[in-house]
Amino acid sequence: MNLEIILHAGLATGTILLFAAIGEIFAERAGILNLGVEGMMLLGAMAGFSTSLATNNAWLGLVTAVLAGGVLSLAHGLVTIHFQADQVVSGLSLTFLGTGLALVFGEGLTGQTPPLIPSFDIPGLAAIPFIGPVFFENHSLLVYVGYLFTPLAWYYINRTRPGMHLRAVGEKPSAADTMGINVYRLRYFYVFVGGCLAGLAGATISLAVSPGWYSDQTTSGQGWIAVGLVIFAQWDPLKAALGGYLFGALRRGILDLQGPALLLGMTNPLYINSNFSFFLKMTPYILTILALVLGSRAAMKKRLGAPAALGVPYIRGERGL
Amino acid sequence: MNLPFTIKFEKRVEDIPKWLPAATSIGSVLIAFIVSGIILKIIGGQPLLVLKFFYEATFGSWATFSDTIVKATPLILVGLACAVAFKMKLWNIGAEGQFYIGAFAASLVVLIPMVSPDSPKIVVIGLMMLMGMLGGAIWGFFPGYLKARFQVNEIITTLMLNYVAVLWNNFWIFDKWSDGGFQMTPTFEKNAWLARVTDYAREYSAFIDEGGGLAKFLTSIGLDRISGMTLHVGVAFGIVAAVFMWWIFDRSRWGYEIKLIGDNPKAARYAGLNITRNIVLVMMVSGALAGLAGMSEITGVVHRLQERISPGYGFTGIIVAWLAKLNPFAVIIVAILFGALIVAGRELQPSGLASMLQGIILFMVISSDVLLRYKVKLVRTQTAVEAA
Repeated sequence: MNLEIILHAGLATGTILLFAAIGEIFAERAGILNLGVEGMMLLGAMAGFSTSLATNNAWLGLVTAVLAGGVLSLAHGLVTIHFQADQVVSGLSLTFLGTGLALVFGEGLTGQTPPLIPSFDIPGLAAIPFIGPVFFENHSLLVYVGYLFTPLAWYYINRTRPGMHLRAVGEKPSAADTMGINVYRLRYFYVFVGGCLAGLAGATISLAVSPGWYSDQTTSGQGWIAVGLVIFAQWDPLKAALGGYLFGALRRGILDLQGPALLLGMTNPLYINSNFSFFLKMTPYILTILALVLGSRAAMKKRLGAPAALGVPYIRGERGL
Repeated sequence: MNLPFTIKFEKRVEDIPKWLPAATSIGSVLIAFIVSGIILKIIGGQPLLVLKFFYEATFGSWATFSDTIVKATPLILVGLACAVAFKMKLWNIGAEGQFYIGAFAASLVVLIPMVSPDSPKIVVIGLMMLMGMLGGAIWGFFPGYLKARFQVNEIITTLMLNYVAVLWNNFWIFDKWSDGGFQMTPTFEKNAWLARVTDYAREYSAFIDEGGGLAKFLTSIGLDRISGMTLHVGVAFGIVAAVFMWWIFDRSRWGYEIKLIGDNPKAARYAGLNITRNIVLVMMVSGALAGLAGMSEITGVVHRLQERISPGYGFTGIIVAWLAKLNPFAVIIVAILFGALIVAGRELQPSGLASMLQGIILFMVISSDVLLRYKVKLVRTQTAVEAA
């Protein structure tokens, strides 16, 4: 039970959720709910892992992972944007499809060791007491990318012109259309961006934070947790990142409870009976539910909520949003 | 490039022809098989051999067909569970967890035990059915209540509860009721087993003379190996449940309310329907059906509580319900197809093939829905007309 270690691990595993959740924020802000995050992540994790293994180049693996997630997401884009299919069902089938493809193409990858994305210290900053070892020491490059990416994503969505177009397409597509914004094209684009980031999140697992290919256990529901995180974060990248890190740290902290024989001066029940760890493993999922309850209550109070056109297909020339 | 024609989507104003939904579903499945075959070819497999194997392993003989029905049994119940929730546009993705908790609750009858071990079969099985449904209903109640009370997204909560359910079961299986350290409880007494064809066949085999007329007849219709059939009475639960759900959907006032709330919540609210109560109720009914599936699986197939009692029945149920267009009788037929997929999938390599096929099928189905809303027309373009 060491706070430094817990926070360090929280930042690392939180990065996975960060990429996936911010990707989903882009898609949902454009009005497309994509529940296929889990599938896109798993496909990304597999594609990155196997490419890195085959080419002996982790960077190529990273690019392939991003593209794999992006390309898969286009299937969801086509079906929901052009065919106006139900976004919930389409997202679910994307998860099935992504998972299935990842398992089929990932056959026999378990136990292999491809080159990984490097980890390193940030010179200078790593020397700061406490802050340094937590934030800037021995993290994967992708964790540092996460630090920079989050504020950029926030700035892009809230302060730039293309970001305004993105929000317009998700809140009131008909108005955006009248302004000359191509609703269909933008929605495709941001679904693709979301898919790419989900693929990146997958590679963050398999090539950086907890390297390896463990078939569908590789993601073990983190894609779904990311979708929940988006609601908790009220579609705000900063809150999503914060939530992701916090979630990662809590998860690690709870797992570390198994270590000590004494807890607050009392015998640690987890130390005596390891089967209690089944309850520990439940915590991320229960925490997600609690976070959702809190987020939903806050949303009800402040009358904040999802982008107005989320989940609603846009049909040019027809009445609607 | 100028094509001589363009594809035009025209909104349907008239009613959809009755045969069209079924035709699109069947067409989707066929296309999905073809697409999967192409993918299999790409990764170096032999699609036609796999198809032949698929057929032989599932519908090839009475014995394998019985295996298929055994796998279809939980899918019928879980498919119905998803269908009732989806009717109200409640996205219950948690049938998997409700299945596990149903199995857990039903096992309690034997494992605590709640009745004396030498009770008659009807008491034990009846109580297990009730407990299974109750367990599933409770697991459906939580997300239903959170949705109704705090507008918490039920997709995420039901999904998270799936993971919790599996871990919950594992704790009890490993910690309390482990059979000599294995990840399973001891086998249940026979009074907690659902009736199986194989048990009856053994009992009455004395009546069938070796080489006699009846034996010849059975052999001629390929039923001579009846003693190996694991088909159990759980399939009857599924069929009864399907009839019951059909009655609710098509004949009852409550079914009408569910549909109204699903299609037009605003109108339902103006009509004075209690949406909050209905959300909780529908989630509990949905959970109860999935819980019954769990009960049927442990009493009919494995005869104990163990790890991994489901190869993803709860998730496949989503596809079954959708492919059946939420029609209870169609659920039975689709469940048989997917039961076959599970039977064959156990032996097919690579192992993700069945899951991939399911994903592709679902994708094709939802894409094909566009044909129900629009007429697709080929329109000759101006240049083509001029050229002609």
